[in-house]
Order: sequence, then structure tokens, then C-alpha cells
Amino acid sequence: MTLLVTVFAAVICTVLWYKNAPKSELMLGTLSLMYWGASLMWLVDAVFEYAELKAEYFAPAPADMLNDLFLGLSVVALGLVIWLVILLIKDPKGAVKAVVFSRKKQ
Amino acid sequence: MACFLVPVVEAAVVAVASRFVKNKEKALESAEIHVEGSGITERKPAFSRKLRWLSNMLWGGSALLAFEHVWHGEVVPWFPFLTAASDPAEAAEMLHEMATVGVTMAVVVTVAWLGMVAVSSLIEKRALKALPAKE
Repeated sequence: MTLLVTVFAAVICTVLWYKNAPKSELMLGTLSLMYWGASLMWLVDAVFEYAELKAEYFAPAPADMLNDLFLGLSVVALGLVIWLVILLIKDPKGAVKAVVFSRKKQ
Repeated sequence: MACFLVPVVEAAVVAVASRFVKNKEKALESAEIHVEGSGITERKPAFSRKLRWLSNMLWGGSALLAFEHVWHGEVVPWFPFLTAASDPAEAAEMLHEMATVGVTMAVVVTVAWLGMVAVSSLIEKRALKALPAKE
């Protein structure tokens, strides 16, 4: 479930990045690469788990599924927070700089 | 257990390599490419920029994976930080997982990045081929 949620987040971010390309004011490329990286890593994890559990892997207990869904959503939220911090620090649009300097002038 | 540590190590190496390549590239002027149909002239992506794609995937992926380990209680904010490290039997299992799952994770992300670089190079070559015909 965590893998699924992250893959959906990666796909949505990639579509949004493509829609805005070649502009990268929101650094959506960075966010989608983060989610794709995590998705690939969880895919490997899933393959190893499948090799161990076989068909049982596809029939998780409802409580485990709910926990994994909660984890997946938390992971997406954390990814968004990391991206937001990077965006505000790098400030490709110069918005943060503009706000800081306009306040200093007043 | 601690499989995310292998991509973290790779990410650190890639970050250093990216800095080194970027400094070397500063001296060289990157070629400009005319993007067909759009009327835009784009700069050929420098290799350091491509290395940043890999760096973003590795750092981002391992950060999110580390969070999953915190979620499952495998990583704790006190020494030795990895719960498996306090027991020798569990530590051996952890090292085995790092050598199998962790290394595979790093390899899969790197292979995906190599695919991205190959596609990007193909697009650059096509754009460069189309350039003399337009002029």
C-alpha cells in the first residue's frame, strides 16, 4: 500500500512537472524524482518480500493495510514538506527574496 | 532494518562527484540546442545536472525510507540509532539485508537513472542533428 501511494504521488508530480515544463519555478522535478526514488526502493523491498511470502504477500490483513495506507500518506506529506523547504531555500522565483527586501525598504 | 543506508552512502558519493564535475564544467561553455517546433533555444544539460537527478532520487528515496524505518521502530533517536545493532544476531541479519535489499535498491535506482541519461542523450543528439539543417 505504501508503494502504491508513493507511485501515485510520483505519477501526479510528474504530470504536473510536464504540464509546467520547461519552466521549473516550483521545482516539481525535484519532488517527482524524490517520489520516484522512494517508489523504486519500495518496489525492490516488495519484490524481496514477495519472494519470501509468495501469494500471501497480496493478501495482507486489513489492519496492516490500514497501517500501510497511513504510512504511505505520511510519507507523501513528509516528501511535500522536504520539497517545500528546498523550494523556499533555493527560491527559484525570487519570491522570498522579494518579500525580505521589500520589508527592509519600508 | 537499515537497507536505506546503502542508497545514503551512494547519494553522498554522487553529491561529491556532482560538485567536482560542476566545478570542472564551469570552465567549459555548454552547447546550445534548438528545440524543434517550439522556437526555443535550450542549453544542453550539463552532466552535473544529470548527476543531480540521481542525487535527488537517492537522497529523497532514502529520506522517505528512513522515515518508514522510524515508523516501524527500526531507527531510534538514541545510540546506536538502529535497534538491530544492539543485538549481535540481529546485527548480522541487518548487514545481510543491507547487502541484499540495500544494494539492489541502489542498483535499481542507478539503472533507472542510466535509462534517463540515455533517453536525454538521444534527445540531445537528435536536436543537434536537426540544428545544421535549420540554419
